[in-house]
Amino acid sequence: MRLGWGCQEGLVVGGPEQRLRLVALGGIMSRVSVPCHVKGTVALQVGDVRTSHGRPGVLVIDVTFPSVAPFELQEITFKNYYTAFLSIRVRQHTSMHTPAKWVTCLRDHCLMPNPHSEEGAQDYVSLFKHQMLCDMARVLELRLILRQPSPLWLSFTVEELQIYQQGPKSPSMTFPKWLSHPVPCEQPVPLLEQMWALTEMIRASHTSARIGRFDVDGCYDLNLLSYT
Amino acid sequence: MSQEESDISLIIAQIVQKLKGSNLYAQLERQAWASLQRPEIKLESLKEDIKEFFKISGLFPLPSHPAAPPEHLKEPLVYMRKAQGSWEKRILKSLNSMCTELSIPLARKRPVGEQKELLNKWNEMGTDEPDLSLFRPVYAPKDFLEVLINLRNPNYENGDSLSFRTHLGLIQVPLKVKDIPELKECFIELGLNTGQLGIDDSTQVPPELFENEHVRIGQKVLAEQDSAAAQQYVRQGSPTALRAELWALILNISSQPEDILYYEQLKTNVIQHDLLVDSLIYKDVKLTASNDDYYFVFEDYLYQVLLCFSRDTSVLSHFAYNSASPPKSYIRGKLGLEEYAVFYPPNGKSNVIASSIAPLCFLYHEPSKLYQIFREMYVRFFFRLHSISSHPSGIVSLCLLFETLLQTYLPQLFYHLREIGAQPLRISFKWMVRAFSGYLATDQLLLLWDRILGYNSLEILAVLAAAVFAFRAVNLMEVTSLAAAEAVLADLSTLKVMPLLQIFLFATVT
Repeated sequence: MRLGWGCQEGLVVGGPEQRLRLVALGGIMSRVSVPCHVKGTVALQVGDVRTSHGRPGVLVIDVTFPSVAPFELQEITFKNYYTAFLSIRVRQHTSMHTPAKWVTCLRDHCLMPNPHSEEGAQDYVSLFKHQMLCDMARVLELRLILRQPSPLWLSFTVEELQIYQQGPKSPSMTFPKWLSHPVPCEQPVPLLEQMWALTEMIRASHTSARIGRFDVDGCYDLNLLSYT
Repeated sequence: MSQEESDISLIIAQIVQKLKGSNLYAQLERQAWASLQRPEIKLESLKEDIKEFFKISGLFPLPSHPAAPPEHLKEPLVYMRKAQGSWEKRILKSLNSMCTELSIPLARKRPVGEQKELLNKWNEMGTDEPDLSLFRPVYAPKDFLEVLINLRNPNYENGDSLSFRTHLGLIQVPLKVKDIPELKECFIELGLNTGQLGIDDSTQVPPELFENEHVRIGQKVLAEQDSAAAQQYVRQGSPTALRAELWALILNISSQPEDILYYEQLKTNVIQHDLLVDSLIYKDVKLTASNDDYYFVFEDYLYQVLLCFSRDTSVLSHFAYNSASPPKSYIRGKLGLEEYAVFYPPNGKSNVIASSIAPLCFLYHEPSKLYQIFREMYVRFFFRLHSISSHPSGIVSLCLLFETLLQTYLPQLFYHLREIGAQPLRISFKWMVRAFSGYLATDQLLLLWDRILGYNSLEILAVLAAAVFAFRAVNLMEVTSLAAAEAVLADLSTLKVMPLLQIFLFATVT
């Protein structure tokens, strides 16, 4: 019996096979949060801010890492708030005594497919090293350039910004051979077998709460409904 | 365990829970036993290997971002969550005040004599005529519509000045809805060149052209128990004789002995405890059944299913993806103590919807099977009609889709109705919120619900509502008041839904 599942296309850039290969090569990588200082948003606007009507459609957020040495960036996560497009520029440490230059590592990444409507407006987003246009080693500073071309929104920004660097690798976690052969989507059967084995283990180890009972020891004599 | 790992474990546990007792579970078991014989699989590391594999392969993506709190999965937009919360509070207040005004407890244990009486009367609860005049429904559809009309995004330009995005309808939130080209792509099987039940099985069309072959394919799908194929198949409509089985296959319902036992357990729960909401259920069923020539025969079934439904705690699991939350209370005398916190009613749903069960009674005659089908349809589709969310099949999106289709493709009609004070949504809301149950002829309604299952979406309800307005546009252009517009659209029982949908989507000059 085939289940009525939609086989979801890779939500990860590069698709499931590529991601699998990347990890199989490098082992499992954990991530460590990097403390950062997020400067206030600066609006880029033509003309005098006081006299021009209309809202700025471009904002810039600078992110510095005051107490951290140049590091390799692994992941950026944030919560979107009505930003439509995101570009990121990075300033990296260079070994010679040349001033570090700004390089664009992400260009016009789309967060809202339709800037006039709510889709994607308040989503949580992760951006990974492999999505960037340049390598992210020895990061000194980041500059996030937010764009929202639609005049319908009163404000836009990104929130809960977190930067992660590569954590200690766990060398023991390399895949056994039978798993690292990418399983093609048309053959879900072996995967289901594995799923079952896992479910048995979970069932054995986890006792769930009382299923089906709505009362407490036979009593369902209630106060009024709570508002909290 | 890291947060991500525990998320995956939770998801797997949920999937296991859902699979248990199903046919698929037994098949998985058999195949798993067979493959565990393979030498390369090490049991000790199996759990960790599979978890890592899931995480990395992305073949089973997490439903939400690891940083997202659970409320974000229920509903990503904060202002919608807040609106749903306020609406729920109103409902709770209404229930509480009913409780105090009528001096009836929310729940009470039935004395043994009363339990026996109810058990004897179980199959004929319709013959009862309790005095329900003091009970009023928790809310009326028009109250809910008012809440939706007043929804505002605080970050949105809600000014009075007209702009290119001014929406002339009642819904004022900028959700993404499909336009006709996108709908055509989405509902491609409803196109003019594809055979449909509801069009190509009419008496003038020789059955050799489409119907016979379609029935044959349906039988094959059932023989192979192919759920995905069944879902694809019913997009062109389901033959009457095969519909009950096809829907059960799509919804993954198979009546195992455990399911019948579960239903009996629910029945016992109903017998033992009397709930305030039971009276509301009685009232709703009486209204639904007595007003309808087709549904009155099912009155007794409706009581049984709804009363059992309200005791079913497994329904609570759907609140993970429903923007609503179940009402909570405490055992008397134990206010604030979490061990004595319970949900009320046990399934968390205080609104009642007898109308969405009634059409199912035509297909399923065995109470526990009818119950399972209804419950599954409710937690997959119909709950979205009663809560405020940004989901494309949620009632807010359906209302906006309806209004946008009308405003874009029938601008003269839309403008005229607006001018005479007859905003189209005020008329079509009640159709959509009940999925047209009670408005269409039963065979037409079932053809429509075939497509809901086939496309796994409620958007077709909004398209049909717009198509009905398009069909009666000539008459509507001549009316001069809301009451007259309502009169033109009062009787939908003669409508044939598939031709209406097909013409609106595929044969209208845009």
